[in-house]
Amino acid sequence: MGDMIAVRDLVKNYGDFCAVNHVTFHVPEGRIFGFLGPNGAGKTTTIKMLTTVLDPTSGSIRVNGHDPTREQKQVRRSFGIVFQDPSLDDELTAYENMDLHGILYGVPRPERRERIDMLFDFVGLSERKKDLVKTYSGGMKRRLEVARALLHAPRILFLDEPTLGLDPQTRNHIWSYIQQLSKEEGVTVFFTTHYMDEADRVANEVAVIDHGKIVAQGSPGELKERTKCANLEDAFIALTGHAIREEEANAVDRMRIMGRAWRGAGRR
Amino acid sequence: MKAIYILCVRQLKRYVRSPARIIGSLGQPILFLVALGFGLRSMFARAGGGDYINFLSPGIISMAILFNAVFSGIEIIWDRQFGFLKETLVAPVSRLEIVLGRMLGGAIVALLQGIVVFVICLIAGFRIQNSPYLLLAVVFMFLIALLFAGIGTVFGSVLQDMQGFPLIINFLIMPLFFFSGAIFSANGLPEVLRILLRLNPLSYGVDGLRGACIAVFAYGLKTDLAIGAALTGILLALGSYFFSRIQL
Repeated sequence: MGDMIAVRDLVKNYGDFCAVNHVTFHVPEGRIFGFLGPNGAGKTTTIKMLTTVLDPTSGSIRVNGHDPTREQKQVRRSFGIVFQDPSLDDELTAYENMDLHGILYGVPRPERRERIDMLFDFVGLSERKKDLVKTYSGGMKRRLEVARALLHAPRILFLDEPTLGLDPQTRNHIWSYIQQLSKEEGVTVFFTTHYMDEADRVANEVAVIDHGKIVAQGSPGELKERTKCANLEDAFIALTGHAIREEEANAVDRMRIMGRAWRGAGRR
Repeated sequence: MKAIYILCVRQLKRYVRSPARIIGSLGQPILFLVALGFGLRSMFARAGGGDYINFLSPGIISMAILFNAVFSGIEIIWDRQFGFLKETLVAPVSRLEIVLGRMLGGAIVALLQGIVVFVICLIAGFRIQNSPYLLLAVVFMFLIALLFAGIGTVFGSVLQDMQGFPLIINFLIMPLFFFSGAIFSANGLPEVLRILLRLNPLSYGVDGLRGACIAVFAYGLKTDLAIGAALTGILLALGSYFFSRIQL
């Protein structure tokens, strides 16, 4: 099988700061690929470039055989994504969020309705589908986002910390569905997470990125063997060190914090 | 096309579902209408200007449209913050469709808000003067709405956060409103101000709307329509351009 994602010598500079530093990897079709790294290592920046919303400084990317900087439509049609931060419209209902997504992706109406209902069932939100998203808890929003990313039956699924803030039951549920998708329909999955046990369990292959560079790549078993660690978490720390990373907040992050303060704590 | 439609519908749903915003954005126009309209009415009449409420109302309606339309563009910043913008930017539709949907939706919301203020003005004593152009009033209202949805989109696309917002309101939007002929006419103004009025895109919208309601044009119907439409086209193009350059 060919590569669904192929990245060669990818670089992204922000002024003097090099966020992604000559990164090369490839993900064959139907594989589950874990992209691991401490905060600020360059994971999200890489995903942004793969998903057409950020142009690389240099290097080449192929997603489903297309170049995200030039063939944006083809690339965008190929993937579904769950972003690290919420990306729902709070003022619309869950159903309206799904429907809007289906229309933007050109899913015909009968199929759209059927898949929306099926996916609401899957994430256990059927009862609440007519409620405004702003009445949802954090976990429910996350589940809705996963369902939405699957609505147009993408060939590739990008998951940027998809299970952040979810309870173990929901995490298990979502991962077993994703594994099933990958096995039965050959969907390629590219995910990031800070839960190493998750990566250990579901990923066929992982790459560890630190300071914008890939420091190790292989199956979870290979990484554990190479670092002589019993679990992936220890292997991860052996590879990336103990230092706690500072992430510089950008303008949007600062505003998000401000917004949260205004809206009262605990809303999201 | 479907993308334009659904994003337009989204704006309308958000508008209808937030009564606080609807009522909140009526506050300023009503304040101006009551304070200026009734405050200066007798002075205006004594100076031979006629009924000031009639003169002022089209300006106040324009104001409501102006602020709502700019705000709809600035909403891009909120959508960036609360994440929904990303959802639209990774969808397999062109940025042009997305931005057109947003601007059109924002303009329709602004127009609706303008119609509400229109009704309030009628209640306050605004009397339409048997004008043969009355149907054009809605056209001018919509032109103003589109034009400023375009301006709002430019700033919403360029700004990263809301900190620049007061700057835009105080140094761009407020001056545009005050020097548009919304609250006073160009007659007898110092030369500098008169030129300023001439350069202000809102002037033509206000004049067109006023002319359509009370049959008195400062620049003429054709000029208002031609310049208004041309500027609206330019601003929509600019809004689209800046929106298409957004990176996350």
